[in-house]
Amino acid sequence: MDFNIRVFTGIRITDGLEFLITETTVNTWIVMGLILLFAIIVRIRIARVDPLARPKGLQNFIEMCVDGWEKFYASNTNPIVMYLAPWFFTLILFLLVSNAIGIVGLRPPTADWGMTFPLALSTFLLIQFAGVRHRPKSYLKSIFLEPVFLFAPLNVIGELARPISLSFRLFGNIFGGMVLLTLLYSLPWFVTLLLPIPLHMYFDLAAGLLQAVIFTMLSLTFVSLAAAE
Amino acid sequence: MEALALAVGLSNIAAAIALLNGILTTLGQGKVAAHAVDAIARQPEAKGSITTTMLIGCGLAETSGVYGIVIAALLLFANPFLDRLFDLAPTLVSMLPL
Repeated sequence: MDFNIRVFTGIRITDGLEFLITETTVNTWIVMGLILLFAIIVRIRIARVDPLARPKGLQNFIEMCVDGWEKFYASNTNPIVMYLAPWFFTLILFLLVSNAIGIVGLRPPTADWGMTFPLALSTFLLIQFAGVRHRPKSYLKSIFLEPVFLFAPLNVIGELARPISLSFRLFGNIFGGMVLLTLLYSLPWFVTLLLPIPLHMYFDLAAGLLQAVIFTMLSLTFVSLAAAE
Repeated sequence: MEALALAVGLSNIAAAIALLNGILTTLGQGKVAAHAVDAIARQPEAKGSITTTMLIGCGLAETSGVYGIVIAALLLFANPFLDRLFDLAPTLVSMLPL
């Protein structure tokens, strides 16, 4: 039994530095390809639609998704960060598909800390960006001078712990589900006949959806809190 | 070889202990869900926002349990102590039946 990430090939950049094409990379490409394909199909279908007619079918569904997301976003964040709604929609879409891809037997890309940590790092950069852009003085003051300047190291450490806890939460959940399912498939054949179906439902679909929502929700709450108190 | 066997065995026991924090994590999550049910029973019209908040709370309460899982996985699949124990760790560890 092997839970390690398979490495398919490596591209040598310089001596001792190698760019590895791993299972995570390939599965991320698959996820990206699926989302891109869907986006292109939607784009082609929507270009043909009469904008004044009543929406139906796929267009209706997409409008419902985007509209629902914007309502959800507006009810959970400050209006001044409304321009970030598309970024978080992209994030939740990517996380949803990559968490659920275990259902076809592929290793979820998010079961790799090297995948979740950059995502959490982008959230971290976005928090700092939003804070510095929207309220530079009070944001920097809240980090370096609150409650007194002696607490600045603690505040900085607390700020740096955010991407780590965010990324470990997503990684641990998806990795744990993957390990459990892999262990299940090593049991005798009569156990693997029916039992994997509900477990796949829970670990890939339900927990994947929940973790994607939690990651996005926490990210947008942090960003909104940094942009305005 | 005995030292290696001891290190691997103790690491596996340590991984099992690290996973024990799931007990308290589960208790905490149960408490979150119970209070959410209370709140919904008291105010059924606020069901939507209570459910969203409960899911976020569950996710936050899960953090310590997830740290346990990460530590257990580290001890089982990428053990730092074995690396320190032997200079030849990569070759030795790759021979282990993990």
